[in-house]
Amino acid sequence: MLECRDLRKSFGELAAVDGVSFHIAAGETYGLLGPNGAGKTTSISMAVGLMQRDGGQVLVDGEPLDPGTTKLKAKIGLVPQDLALYPDLTARENLRFFGRLYDMPRARLSRRVDEVLEIIGLSDRANDRADTFSGGMKRRLNIGIGLLHAPGLLVLDEPTVGVDPQSRNAILESIEQLGSEGLAVLYTTHYMEEAERLCDRIGIIDRGQIKAEGTRRELAQILSQHDRVRLSATGPLHEGAEALRRIAGVQQVDVTDGAIDVLVEQAGNSLMAILSALDQSGVSITGVEIDEPNLEAVFLHLTGRSLRD
Amino acid sequence: MRSALNIAAKDLRQRVRDRSIYVIALAAPLGLAAIFGFVFNPISDADFTATFAVANVDQGPLAAPLVDGVLGGLAEAGNVNLVQAASAEEATRLVEGDGERADQDIDAAIIIPADFSARVQTGRPAELRVVQNANSSLAATLALAIVEGYARELDYVQGAVTTLAAFDPARLADAAGVAGLAASTPHPVTVRDVSASTKQLDNTTFYGAGLATFFLFFTVQFGVNSLLEERHFGTLNRLLAAPVPRWSIILGKAITSFGLGLVSMLILIVATSFILGADWGNPAGVALLVVAATASAIGVMAMVSALARTSEQGEVFSSIAAVGLGIIGGTFFPINQAGGVLASLRFVTPHAWFLQGLGDLAGGSIGDILPAVVALLAFTAASSGIALALLRRRLNP
Repeated sequence: MLECRDLRKSFGELAAVDGVSFHIAAGETYGLLGPNGAGKTTSISMAVGLMQRDGGQVLVDGEPLDPGTTKLKAKIGLVPQDLALYPDLTARENLRFFGRLYDMPRARLSRRVDEVLEIIGLSDRANDRADTFSGGMKRRLNIGIGLLHAPGLLVLDEPTVGVDPQSRNAILESIEQLGSEGLAVLYTTHYMEEAERLCDRIGIIDRGQIKAEGTRRELAQILSQHDRVRLSATGPLHEGAEALRRIAGVQQVDVTDGAIDVLVEQAGNSLMAILSALDQSGVSITGVEIDEPNLEAVFLHLTGRSLRD
Repeated sequence: MRSALNIAAKDLRQRVRDRSIYVIALAAPLGLAAIFGFVFNPISDADFTATFAVANVDQGPLAAPLVDGVLGGLAEAGNVNLVQAASAEEATRLVEGDGERADQDIDAAIIIPADFSARVQTGRPAELRVVQNANSSLAATLALAIVEGYARELDYVQGAVTTLAAFDPARLADAAGVAGLAASTPHPVTVRDVSASTKQLDNTTFYGAGLATFFLFFTVQFGVNSLLEERHFGTLNRLLAAPVPRWSIILGKAITSFGLGLVSMLILIVATSFILGADWGNPAGVALLVVAATASAIGVMAMVSALARTSEQGEVFSSIAAVGLGIIGGTFFPINQAGGVLASLRFVTPHAWFLQGLGDLAGGSIGDILPAVVALLAFTAASSGIALALLRRRLNP
């Protein structure tokens, strides 16, 4: 469906995208996972023909796509990171306007507008102006516009940024549903959980380069000899983390809300030392989980920094 | 083309929903044109008549040409009413409204003292007095100018006689011959009053046209600046990602601006004609000028808008340009009458060419507006070219 080869884009001295390549098959959901400024938005801007490339090639169904190309763009639906809708038009008017740009026949457009309003759960607010909507409703309309012309590939650029948990979950469910219906999806995010939940394959991107690519399991294999120990705890967590970093076999230590994540070679060999070090640091442990490494750990291992950086 | 029309239709729907278009495009220019027309009409278009009190105390031979000749002639033409006063004091009282004729507005008093003729004839200093009414500055100034003009004439005669006496004293003995020579000599300089009424728009039409053009630049900016709004709302990316040619986005914005501009001008022309009595001239010529002016307004405002990075900046830039060009272009007052640099500078604006074209149309035929139309189209071509060059970069990040 979509193939990007060696995409390159620089802004002055900064190489925002430096040789990014990936492909997405029909019906596949592909995620670009990386922190802010990693090059995700620039990559997809080139992939959908929004931005001129300094180098590389984009193929949609085997045909080259450039910013000046018009016909191929009809195969792609874009959901930009920022809301992209007209606040003074109603939900229906927004959908109809963009539908007309895709040359949809009048009858089909009317039908499709109703279908999409149903999908995004805005049928009862169809004739209300978008500026009267909540943030979550605007996000759903934003996605609906991208879906309207029934594209073969849907490109979503961090669609859940700034969305409340309830709306976020509704959005993720919609995307899961679309993926299961055979739509190819390119999804960018810096939320590890979203990438793990939605994506068949994930490209880990940092500083304009794809550092690793594969299914979640394939990526976890990068750290196959490691275990992830999650310690729910209270007390001076950062002091405890410092103590853990001095233990042999501990690869990474990451402090999150009320917990310390430890990436360690063979958890069974180091667990007692870990618990002892935390106890000596004054940290009270309330729970211990041992699991295989998650994408956050993989990302940290590959880039040396956290997804939240 | 269809996508451009879709974009234009969407923009028009937004603008109609945004009620400010009614204020900018219709209410404001119509209201201001009405106010300006009503305020300025009585001053310049109404029949002007001044009333002077004349105290001819002298009754001498040199007072008669002023009273009977100059002032009498003006009275006969209906420009001046004359009120005879028996004395200088009475004339002064009349002007100050402190006499028995205080009910009558006297703009100025012209007093010819008792020994005026005798003093002039014997070469002694003489004076004519003008008492001005402080509330009638224009008419009072006219009285002063008339009297000054007469005094200057006397000076010339006195100078000529003195010169003749110095070079050929014998000729002075033949007074009748000198008078005959003077009478037969043609005036070296004549001033011909060429009426400019065929080239000058009446006040109502001038202010109607001026303000319509002024607000035209605000009206078209709704379409022109909407490209910046598209960027502000993130919808520009959607348009760029849609299967439409990039030029159709710009064309759509231009169609919006053109539609809004034409409708606004049409309504104002009809309204000022029927409500205020403006006379715009030959409809075909007016249509040609309106189309050319609207096109030039779009080009100029697109160029200004293309310099801005945000919609807020675009609005500020556009407002500054619209107001500045409107003032320089003479939409608020006939700047060509100011003369000098300002009168020439106005032609750097489309406004001035539009008003010039209407003036040419009023004084001639449709062919006479060709220079104005060509100038307006030249503005369109130059500014649109610059705007497109600037926008090309914006639409191809």
